[in-house]
Amino acid sequence: MFGSFMTNAWIVATMVAITAGIVGFFVVVRRAAFAAHVLPLGAFPGAAAASLLGVNELLGIIAFSALGVLGISQLQRWERREVATALWLAVALALGTLFLSMTRRYSQGVYALLFGEVFGIRSALIAPVAVLGAIAIAVTLLLYRPLLLDSLSPELGEAAGTGRGRIELAFLAVLALCTATALPVVGALMVFSLMVGPASAARFLTDRPLLALTLSVVLSLATVWSAIALSYLSNWPVGFFVGVLGGVSYAAGRLRHRGGPAHVR
Amino acid sequence: MTQAAALSVEGLGISLSGRQILKDVKFQVAPGEFCALIGANGSGKTTLLKAIVGLVKPDSGRITVDVDGSGGTSVGYVPQKISLDPHLPLRARDVVMLGLDGARLGLPLPSSARDARVEEMLQAVGAGDFAERRVGLLSGGQQQRILVAHALVRRPRLLLLDEPLASLDVRSVAEIVALLRRLSLQYGTAILLSAHDMNPLLPVMDRIVYLASCCAVSGKADEVVRTEVLSRLYGYHVDVVRVHGRVVVIAAHEPEEIRAALARDPVHTAEIP
Repeated sequence: MFGSFMTNAWIVATMVAITAGIVGFFVVVRRAAFAAHVLPLGAFPGAAAASLLGVNELLGIIAFSALGVLGISQLQRWERREVATALWLAVALALGTLFLSMTRRYSQGVYALLFGEVFGIRSALIAPVAVLGAIAIAVTLLLYRPLLLDSLSPELGEAAGTGRGRIELAFLAVLALCTATALPVVGALMVFSLMVGPASAARFLTDRPLLALTLSVVLSLATVWSAIALSYLSNWPVGFFVGVLGGVSYAAGRLRHRGGPAHVR
Repeated sequence: MTQAAALSVEGLGISLSGRQILKDVKFQVAPGEFCALIGANGSGKTTLLKAIVGLVKPDSGRITVDVDGSGGTSVGYVPQKISLDPHLPLRARDVVMLGLDGARLGLPLPSSARDARVEEMLQAVGAGDFAERRVGLLSGGQQQRILVAHALVRRPRLLLLDEPLASLDVRSVAEIVALLRRLSLQYGTAILLSAHDMNPLLPVMDRIVYLASCCAVSGKADEVVRTEVLSRLYGYHVDVVRVHGRVVVIAAHEPEEIRAALARDPVHTAEIP
């Protein structure tokens, strides 16, 4: 399980878990889970396009994540947040359908992009994932206080001078970076569960924001490491364990916090 | 007035999406003054406050806020009807802290000076007992105290509050009004507070700005709170009466309207003895 061919899996998965844990904390407190679902799915056609053009898939993912950020934030000027997000998904999936119809040799790659390929990670992927993850973490921690204030109340944030919409745009960009980091490793469907599961559990465990952020990272690491180990032992997909463990950590957090804000919608 | 006004508004006009919200609004608030901003729903109270904070751009006129030279904004702001998310892992103390440095970049480093200032503010608003609790789970009155502390922790010269009494019970209203008056005296902060009912504010307010569809009228409280002045502003008869040494404003037209409505609908008349 710790043999040389597994080294890449452990290294990359650890970087992804830390990034998703930090970014995921703000996904949950900003109620941006839908955007966290849509950006990875909307980036996946980018990988298909890159494969068609014969360029690096990560470039396609980054390009489509960036398009998603710009598209969603532009649509948000005219539409409610979730409608804007859904409209981008509709466009992105339409493009994905088109690109997939143009290639026949892609089904294996599609499966990997949707569900992840943690055991097949190439060494060439380690450096880009590390750089993208580090940028996402750095920007999130730099904006820690403005993001928190904006999550409490956008009006209070604006009154303090954080700027209307600037925080939301910056956050979407971070989300896109996290997507590009994690998508090739855990897949478009699982990026989302890794960002939402551990962070939503962490909220129940403490009332201190910085401690909740730390716990989110700890739970995310625990989820990913356990998922890899269990997948290795059982031969079941990593994505299955990532999703299930995310649900389990939420349930555990909820149970520990009985009598908490359960009555609130 | 020899001292500069805490707030000076001159010829202010604002339209939003083609509709004229405010027109030629003019008034001043002196340092440390408690000023009530009164007007019906839709009269532009929120727009006026947002313009003073800088969240809405005026089409014409000038807003001057007395800056104390400490840099940054010198206006504290408590917006209308904020619902604080009970799922947000944030203590009441953290909200006050964010009032001090919420726009700064990077992680908050430990600072005893900051902690002392936050602690002092928490005590000043009477929030010592629930400072460590999750802010989204506090009562409406407690949340209002925390939001006041959030707005005041930078010691602004001017504090704006948008309908802070709207969703509070009678006792909490009296407590918040007394608290604001005390803070205003303690820190020398001028207060501009919007409300649609001036009664809870009558014991404490120095000045009143009344927003009507035609105009804005400002004056010392004892000059404006008179039967003939208020009746002219409201456009219908109101009585300013003294009960148990307190001043109360009563709209005289309401019973008539209700009587008329009941007369039109005999079923309801039958239900009321």
